[in-house]
Amino acid sequence: MSAIILFMAGIAAIAGWWLSQQRLAAKPWLEEGVLVDLREQSGSSPPTAKIGLGVFLAVVGSLFALFISAYSMRMTMVDWRALPVPALLWFNTGVLVLSSVALQWAYTAARRDDIDGVILGLLSGGASAVTFLIGQLLAWRQLAGAGYFVASNPANSFFYLITAVHGLHLMGGLVALGRTTSKVWLSAEVIRVRLSVELCAIYWHFLLLVWLVLLGLLTGWTDGFVDICRQLLT
Amino acid sequence: MVDVPFDTVAGVPPAEVGEVDLYHPKSWWTRYVFSQDAKVIAIQYSITAMSIGMVALVLSWLMRLQLGFPGTFSFIDPNQYLQFITMHGMIMVIYLLTALFLGGFGNYLIPLMVGARDMVFPYVNMLSYWVYLLAVVVLVSTFFVPGGPTGAGWTLYPPQAILSGTPGQDWGIILMLASLILFIIGFTMGGLNYVVTVLQARTRGMTLMRLPLTVWGIFTATVMALLAFPALLVASVMLLLDRLLGTSFFMPTLVEMGQLTKYGGGSPILFQHLFWFFGHPEVYIVALPAFGIISDLISVHARKNIFGYRMMVWAIVAIGALSFVVWAHHMYVSGMHPYFGFFFATTTLIIAIPTAIKVYNWVLTLWRGDIHLTIPMLFALAFIVTFVNGGLTGLFLGNVVVDVPLSDTMFVVAHFHMVMGIAPIMAVFGGIYHWYPKITGRMLNEVLGRFHFWVSFLGAYAIFFPMHYLGLLGMPRRYHDIGETAFVPASAHDLNAFMSVAALIVGFAQLVFLFNLVWSLFKGKEAGGNPWGAASLEWQTPETPPGHGNWGKDLPIVYRWAYDYSVPGAARDFVPQNEPPAGLLAQGAGP
Repeated sequence: MSAIILFMAGIAAIAGWWLSQQRLAAKPWLEEGVLVDLREQSGSSPPTAKIGLGVFLAVVGSLFALFISAYSMRMTMVDWRALPVPALLWFNTGVLVLSSVALQWAYTAARRDDIDGVILGLLSGGASAVTFLIGQLLAWRQLAGAGYFVASNPANSFFYLITAVHGLHLMGGLVALGRTTSKVWLSAEVIRVRLSVELCAIYWHFLLLVWLVLLGLLTGWTDGFVDICRQLLT
Repeated sequence: MVDVPFDTVAGVPPAEVGEVDLYHPKSWWTRYVFSQDAKVIAIQYSITAMSIGMVALVLSWLMRLQLGFPGTFSFIDPNQYLQFITMHGMIMVIYLLTALFLGGFGNYLIPLMVGARDMVFPYVNMLSYWVYLLAVVVLVSTFFVPGGPTGAGWTLYPPQAILSGTPGQDWGIILMLASLILFIIGFTMGGLNYVVTVLQARTRGMTLMRLPLTVWGIFTATVMALLAFPALLVASVMLLLDRLLGTSFFMPTLVEMGQLTKYGGGSPILFQHLFWFFGHPEVYIVALPAFGIISDLISVHARKNIFGYRMMVWAIVAIGALSFVVWAHHMYVSGMHPYFGFFFATTTLIIAIPTAIKVYNWVLTLWRGDIHLTIPMLFALAFIVTFVNGGLTGLFLGNVVVDVPLSDTMFVVAHFHMVMGIAPIMAVFGGIYHWYPKITGRMLNEVLGRFHFWVSFLGAYAIFFPMHYLGLLGMPRRYHDIGETAFVPASAHDLNAFMSVAALIVGFAQLVFLFNLVWSLFKGKEAGGNPWGAASLEWQTPETPPGHGNWGKDLPIVYRWAYDYSVPGAARDFVPQNEPPAGLLAQGAGP
């Protein structure tokens, strides 16, 4: 459970930092009158949707941290046989990086009010994300073709499960991306979609980060790190 | 009087959200059924949760009939008994308490108490309810599928949860897990709303340290639930795959009915870790909103400011954080390393400190208060007593050496029913009697309410107090029929019969409560806008029940905390949060 404990410690640090700025030592029974809240005072509070996305990413992060915890506990059992990682995953990773780059590009274009750049960025980001998903399916087929079925070994089960959960999150992102793209298409006013484009880009970067961590786990690169974490708790 | 710098300029404009932000219903359907108004969603959540809660109540009757009068009721066989305990536990913990506190109270109270027009993502909020309803429908459907609902116990421990000896192995367990997955998805949608609304939609002047403790409790509980429910999701998904695809995440190598199963090598302990990583925070997910509600109830009905508000806030946050590092105290008998047990016993006992701070502060709030023994106050007092009772047995069970012999006995059942069954339900009832006038504009009937309180309170003790004793005798939980055993004397059977009769009576009192809810809706006394003379913002709405958008043209401005009761020199014995100070009033600021 060390992965989720580390993750929770990170969340607790962020929450603690935030709470430390909220005047928790105030004596509200003595304070009468209009208190200007920190949120209003700063004047540049992030938009509500962005905060909402941040909270959602914490939830998704906790989900994946739990999968990683389960993975690291199960892999110590004697029946664990690591499966060969298909070379296709490297191609998929590259495509996902491209997808993230394209959305970042769309976001910078949105800040420049460059509508064509936004559309191009969104479409190429979406297309490469779809390519990634197809690539993941092909990787599944390759593994199944080589006899690595979902139930034949826990390492296989985890591989299919974790990639599927990641893919599902990406598919959810594609729905949001599709809505944003159609908004850009219809309204042609960049300023009204700037936030949506930014949120898509943040979500994509997050999923890329999650994928890189998962890839490290699935390929066994992070085994040494996982061992260290495990020893911390035993 | 004031030693903190702040801005007291007159004529501060009210914080206003743009008109476009507010969703307006266009038809009957979007107003009352597919509504995006948090108040309607709250009522939908509450009605659904209470309806499914009635199912769980009937299940508890059936269980008690079997335990009190074994062999009398031929229609309750051992398999059905296991199905009843499983569904009773699961429904009460998740589909009733979690949904009612967060989806019901959270939706209704958060926007009103922070001075917002609605939740920040109303559409997602609406979806949250419909996914929850779907989860409930899937759950109920397990009663009608071949093999019936699962009888795995509410903890759904593998390997037995998915083996053929357990009732509901065909469909029950699959639908149970699917329903949990749906519930978690639905809850996440709602939870995002509750958290972000508290963060972003507070009205002008409503700093965090001016929030009523109800909001603090619900807010912290929601944050915990958002982080803890994924553990149940992961456990459910993996167990579902073990059952459907034959993977071996949790399933060890085992022989079933003389046949080697397809499973091998999995770790049931892994499931326990995941389950309790969710399961223990879940205790506080239902306790923290109750803490908040009780704090507000006793302050209002004792006409006294809450004692130690800051400590109360800190304690809520501390409990929320600590509750994530105590989960393995549910697993002392799983064969874990003794040092682990020591660690988790220590953290478990540490969590008693902030909890005790809260109890002391409630008692000190009551001390020399002008205590009105209204029905909400009665329930609040009952909560405090019950929570202390359950908390003290928790100290017993938190210690490894005491827990090991008591594990899986009726003592554990008595403990958790006191601490997270009776106590939170007392808070729910207190909250409903307190806020019903705001929700409907009418008071609940006083006579029926007092009858409901006394029968529920005394009856609950008649059921669960003796149960501790049965547990100490060694009577195990989850047994359909204890039969003739050397260590259980005949008097224990008489005690069981007594508890069962009490359970039937307490259940009947809940029917009276439901009748009261409906009857008072039409015939109750008109309540007016603020029948209790409460200071917090939800009682200051221009209309009762609050209209669409909650407030009139302008959002309220908050000038003080929510607990200004019996202030010396004030005209009334409470000062509403949105009443400007005297100096500002002279300069023309209006409430």
